[in-house]
Amino acid sequence: MKDFRSRVEGERAYLLRYARLQLRDGHAAEDVVQETLLAALAGEAGFAGRSNLRTWLTGILKHKIVDALRRVAREAPLAEEEGEFDALFDQTGHWREPPSGWEDPDSLLQQKQFLAALERCLAGLPQKSARAFMMREHLGFETDDICKELGITPTHCWVLLYRARMALRECLQETWFSK
Amino acid sequence: MILSCKEASHLVSEGLDRRLGLAERVALRLHLAICDGCSHFRKQMLFLRKAMRRLAESD
Ligand SMILES: [Zn+2]
Repeated sequence: MKDFRSRVEGERAYLLRYARLQLRDGHAAEDVVQETLLAALAGEAGFAGRSNLRTWLTGILKHKIVDALRRVAREAPLAEEEGEFDALFDQTGHWREPPSGWEDPDSLLQQKQFLAALERCLAGLPQKSARAFMMREHLGFETDDICKELGITPTHCWVLLYRARMALRECLQETWFSK
Repeated sequence: MILSCKEASHLVSEGLDRRLGLAERVALRLHLAICDGCSHFRKQMLFLRKAMRRLAESD
């Protein structure tokens, strides 16, 4: 039991980082991680027989994050965000500056520095787009479920995801690939 | 149906979130065949998805 407790505690930093990326709020992140650790300790039996503690804990954490997101969405609906990225295209809809290739991106995924740059860009996304994007790409939700949780239409959801991707692309282009 | 780059970029993004219709897929493929900018854009979007997976797994 003592051993299980310390192993669970050992995952705290990882879980905190995960929750912070998702919730963009240090306090809220600490709260959901605390709830997760308590739930894990109370439910040790549920872990029995599973091989990976982190995967199991992350599964619990995801549920806590979704609960927290649902709460926030209900309590503090966000204003609509500007930015259709019209400036990126001319009147006929062609790129003003066509995207160029990113050099050997796959090897970047092994670089801590690159992942840190990505995190910085994520932190700069507008709140609403970020929420939809993180649910989609970080938590791995299907679009239908995101719509349900955020109370928006699929079309709106696609627009939010598009905005998030466009903004991330621009940020990475400027802060990483152009250097 | 001739797509502009703006429309093509929307379809590339939506293609990551829903199954595109046949007409959309054909139009997009035709556009990508002749447009380097959008082809790069598509690769970048696929890379972003991979990078987010990697981020979720990393310590
Ligand atoms: Zn194009």
